[in-house]
Amino acid sequence: MTRTPLRPLARILSARARGENPDSIERENIRLRQEKTRDRARARAEGRLLLLGIAFTIAFTVIGGRMGLLAATEPSEPRGANSGAQIVAGRADLTDRNGRLLATNLLTHSLYAQPRDMVDPARVARELARIFPDLDANLLLARFTDGRSFMWVRRKLSPEQMQAVHDIGDPGLLFGPREMRLYPNGRLAAHVLGGASFGTEGVHSAEVIGTAGIEKYLDAQLRDPALEGKPVALSLDLTVQATTQEVLEAGMKMMNAKGAAAILLDVYTGEILALVSLPDFDPNDRPQALAKGDPADSPLFNRAVQGVYELGSTFKIFAAAQALDLGLLEPSSMVDAAAPMVWGKHKIKEFENRNYGPLLSVRDVIVKSSNVGVANIALMIGAVRQQAFLKSLGFFGPTPVELVEAAGAKPLIPKRWAEIVTITASYGHGMSASPMHLAAAYAAIANGGKAVRPTLLRVDKPQDYPAVMSNDTAVKAIDMLRGVVTEGTASLGDVEGYQVAGKTGTADKPKATGGYYHDKVINTFASLFPASNPKYVLIVTLDEPVETTGPIPRRTAGWTAVPVAAEITRRVAPLLGMRPIIEPAASGAVTLIRN
Amino acid sequence: MRPVLYALSFLAVMGLAFWAYRENYATQQSLRTVEELQAEIGTLREALAVQRAEWAYLNRPDRLRELSTINFDRLGLFPLEPGQFGQIGLVSYPVLPTLAPDDMPDGTGTADRSGTLTDPDAPDPDSAKAEGNVNPQEEQLP
Repeated sequence: MTRTPLRPLARILSARARGENPDSIERENIRLRQEKTRDRARARAEGRLLLLGIAFTIAFTVIGGRMGLLAATEPSEPRGANSGAQIVAGRADLTDRNGRLLATNLLTHSLYAQPRDMVDPARVARELARIFPDLDANLLLARFTDGRSFMWVRRKLSPEQMQAVHDIGDPGLLFGPREMRLYPNGRLAAHVLGGASFGTEGVHSAEVIGTAGIEKYLDAQLRDPALEGKPVALSLDLTVQATTQEVLEAGMKMMNAKGAAAILLDVYTGEILALVSLPDFDPNDRPQALAKGDPADSPLFNRAVQGVYELGSTFKIFAAAQALDLGLLEPSSMVDAAAPMVWGKHKIKEFENRNYGPLLSVRDVIVKSSNVGVANIALMIGAVRQQAFLKSLGFFGPTPVELVEAAGAKPLIPKRWAEIVTITASYGHGMSASPMHLAAAYAAIANGGKAVRPTLLRVDKPQDYPAVMSNDTAVKAIDMLRGVVTEGTASLGDVEGYQVAGKTGTADKPKATGGYYHDKVINTFASLFPASNPKYVLIVTLDEPVETTGPIPRRTAGWTAVPVAAEITRRVAPLLGMRPIIEPAASGAVTLIRN
Repeated sequence: MRPVLYALSFLAVMGLAFWAYRENYATQQSLRTVEELQAEIGTLREALAVQRAEWAYLNRPDRLRELSTINFDRLGLFPLEPGQFGQIGLVSYPVLPTLAPDDMPDGTGTADRSGTLTDPDAPDPDSAKAEGNVNPQEEQLP
């Protein structure tokens, strides 16, 4: 660029000749030069602004165009992205401890109608009524023609029904895919599984939700897509459960009972291997709950968990064990057992008004099931310690079993723990608990005094809860329970080779109007085996049993619940892989020696 | 030099364009295959679930019990009972070949316990003969 001098000599000289100030020429030139610089800078800035404007316009146009494109096009799955992990929308399966299916899903179809598209509603109604006998043709026709645009006809269809409906060939009948819950084993473990039904329903799919039992308790877990449909293993053993159910059902019929329950519990892990409540139902076709009357009459009622009864003499071992644990007594100590015992206005009597007194050893109190003896033991312990002990065994709250019904089955505890309650509770009256509570408490004895929490989920690890009694006490208590079977009220309960130890309990049923029935009882046998090294606890409860082979009907547990429990043990123990144990010659031959 | 470079880069662009074209279609083809496979996996999973449910249904304890009762004549199946457990002591050991009486006094007979003739320590034909004599007796042992 050619630079113009600020003071051009020619102009300066001529200006000087004219007598003008040559500086004005310089100033003029400086001004011109500055103006030129300014113009150039402005042009450049304008150019940059233009460029920026164009860039922004293009950018926004691209973004806007892309947004418009996204909004206008049909959405589609990214094709290349998800090749590996998939979200499985189905409800997780339930299996037993060995992986055998207890509950699974099956893809079926639902049938719905769009009456506006129907060519011949009358014929469709007629044909549908022919395929599904429970549908009424006139009612269907009335619904098809009342102007509605949509209606469900069937929630679930079998493939044959679907084909038959398809053959009607009406465009107003449509199918939607539908997952349904299937329980392939039918009635087996019905009370544990509960059942499932449909939640929010759509044409393309429907929510499957649990309605009872473990299906409802674990509903969130089973439906969690993050678990990718991984099956949930329960603690139940299908074979053991089936055998228990078979034997219990036969026993219930033989003993003319109206209901029965059995629980088999692993004492180390707290796993429930079998839980049976009879009468039962088919979870594939869950019956309706009773609208009125006693819910316990419904087959839906889970006697093992919901049945809160006075469990009778099975409680006696707790008083005896506590007295041993506190160091108040030894199994050979003599206690007052003179019957009848009078306490205030109450009279405590023995079974059939017998008298085992005046003195009876603690062991014989349990073996002979003396009410008076155990009442005196309970008075020695006192109400406060007795309550604390029963609480530590779990008798004051609902059981932690993974069933939705368990939380509602709280034991019935008297509000005021008077001394008479101390006495009656020691032999299982005045307070009520479910067989599951009893199973947990007996498991604590069998587990060397350590508390056990029953669970329905497979854990495979021994539990380690705090001890509720010393191991020594537990061993002595088991020995007393073994005495009940070898020489006491449960002599029918012995199973050769399995060293059954247990305690019978017979309790009169309370009338709804107050007082007790004299010919309606709840019989319970709480047992553990083998006594030398207890592994399993078995509770059998029969509701209103009566044994009629003798000249007079017998209603004591020793004649009803005990033989049933013995048969269950005999059949189930080999299935659990237990070899029969060859016992030492006589129970008195081996003595514990200590220095 | 420069025209050669131009020509080369042009050819390179052509080549790359051809490669990209082919890759594009190959990718789309793979995606279609993946989709088909996934659909197939879905149907197979469904079928598998049905099979599993059917297996469980056909093997439900009630049905097996009924079947074993119906076919009791042929199968003779009983429920598992405690008496069916045996003691290991009740299982007899396999009977070893006993020594012939004429082998007893000298120590050579011990080499014959294996009952084979390949033992280099006892290639004695007498002992082989003795073994042949012993075997019938062995059969009579309980």
